[in-house]
Amino acid sequence: MNEKDERAGIEAEGLVREFKNGPRAVDGIDLRVAPGEIYGFLGPNGAGKSTTVLMLTTLLPPSAGTARVAGFDIANEGGRVRGAIGAALQEAALDPLLSGREHMRLQTALHGLPKAERTERSDELLGRVGLAEAADRKVGEYSGGMKRRLDLALALAHRPRILFLDEPTTGLDIQSRTALWDEVAGLAQEGVTVFLTTQYLEEADALADRVGIIDHGRIVAEGTPAALKAEIGRPTVEAAPRDPADVERVAAALAPFGEATSATRPGATSVRLAGGESQLADVVRALDAAGIAIEQLQLHAPSLDDVFLAKTGRSLEGAGEAGGGEPGSEEMETVGAS
Amino acid sequence: MRGIAATQIGQLARRSVLRTLRQPSQIVPALVFPLFLLAVNSGGLKDATNLPGFPTDSYLTFALAVPFMQGALFSVMNAGTDLARDIETGFLNRLALTPLRGAALLAGLLAGAVVLGLIQAATYLAVGLLAGADLAAGAAGAAVIVVLSVTVTVAFGTLGLVVALRSGTAEAVQGMFPLFFVLLFLSSMALPLELLQTDWFHTVASINPVSYLLQAFRSLLIEGWNVGELALGFAIAAAIGVLGMTAAAAALKTRLVRT
Repeated sequence: MNEKDERAGIEAEGLVREFKNGPRAVDGIDLRVAPGEIYGFLGPNGAGKSTTVLMLTTLLPPSAGTARVAGFDIANEGGRVRGAIGAALQEAALDPLLSGREHMRLQTALHGLPKAERTERSDELLGRVGLAEAADRKVGEYSGGMKRRLDLALALAHRPRILFLDEPTTGLDIQSRTALWDEVAGLAQEGVTVFLTTQYLEEADALADRVGIIDHGRIVAEGTPAALKAEIGRPTVEAAPRDPADVERVAAALAPFGEATSATRPGATSVRLAGGESQLADVVRALDAAGIAIEQLQLHAPSLDDVFLAKTGRSLEGAGEAGGGEPGSEEMETVGAS
Repeated sequence: MRGIAATQIGQLARRSVLRTLRQPSQIVPALVFPLFLLAVNSGGLKDATNLPGFPTDSYLTFALAVPFMQGALFSVMNAGTDLARDIETGFLNRLALTPLRGAALLAGLLAGAVVLGLIQAATYLAVGLLAGADLAAGAAGAAVIVVLSVTVTVAFGTLGLVVALRSGTAEAVQGMFPLFFVLLFLSSMALPLELLQTDWFHTVASINPVSYLLQAFRSLLIEGWNVGELALGFAIAAAIGVLGMTAAAAALKTRLVRT
């Protein structure tokens, strides 16, 4: 690896993948991921995320376009690309009959680590992902979260500079998901470039430095989560009176703060805050001054689902072939009844 | 480079052996069913030894060659199913992301077939001899039977790899099992070739390589040392193995489309 390669991330231009008798799974993707960056590739099932990952990891030749990973051409320098990357693909591909330690032993050996280093590296990674105690149990007895963590450890066996994670937390409970997020964030701090696909809005939001939103094989939006959401608009506030007869009084009290929008629950009033989140305190004061008892007050920040909706005309939730995804609206804050 | 390839083969062989030993469902049927059929056939067909020209007066000795072939057919299913599962679960993709060579993968996968072949051969031979079968070639012949059995098991195991790589599903591999079994039934399994009276059956059995593999085992059990029949048996097994490995390597290249 030369100095230039050490600084290279991921670059793709016009990447296309067509399957026989099918639509273009990936339809001309351009992207650039800087070294040390976490890039979130967000989209519904069937959008083309996994096909893109398979191409970038050299497991599927592109039909058209070019890409360089770690400075190497994916089409002509597949071996060198594979030497520089680690990947945890969509399914945690593990052997249920082998233990975690046996997996690590196999992986480190196949990557050519010196024999003396294999045990040390295996122990280090198993400890890092919290599997030291379960290392000698067969993987068939592992939970979904443990399998994902082992998958991550295996991807790191040969100290890759670039890590591809294809929907690493799909199907995991919140606790396991959060643990994996912490681990991925830690890797990025160590300088590892992370290309992460997900259908979970909050995952992209929490982890990614930049997000590319993909739909029908095309990137429809790209930028930092904050910039993408800012592009879409301002937050909304929604208030529901304790007495349903006060609906019109609530509407009148909120009217000065912005245009009305559709509320998410019956009997509530929603407005888009013209002055942004900072107006929330004024809203509370206005409702209090009007003497209205409030059952529930919610601030909805613009979400990446709003971005997806704005770019594609559909909500990310349920947009895929097989559904999935997380609730689209982010409940930033809930204020109790006044 | 040679060291890396040896390490890769060694590690994959270790995995293959561990997988085989940890799956009693692979070992037990491959041991029990052939021995069960041996017991049934040697009991029910013992009067065949009265036919003029039958090579031995012990049908058990004659039939003892069959379990070695049946065991080899189980290796088609076991080796193929293991690889097909790796394809289905994505484990093959995990391996493809390492600097693994295709030849090392195939060689490593067959290590499980070698272990299974050894267990099978030792068990069939021990049970057969304890039940009263003859072994004309003596102790050295027993060793050659084990070597031939492992060779045949590995050779047929390569066919399982081909089916797995071409189909990509364990169900397809298991679906092929009855077809391979037909090969056994259309051979000199129950009677020597010379005593098969039905013309079409005699013709089919005469061109069926399984007949000559059976004859190689029988030569050691019944005759002693018949170099010609032994050499033919080993040559057929080697040819099946070479053809199988060549086809498997080509299928692996298609399956692993990594750049």
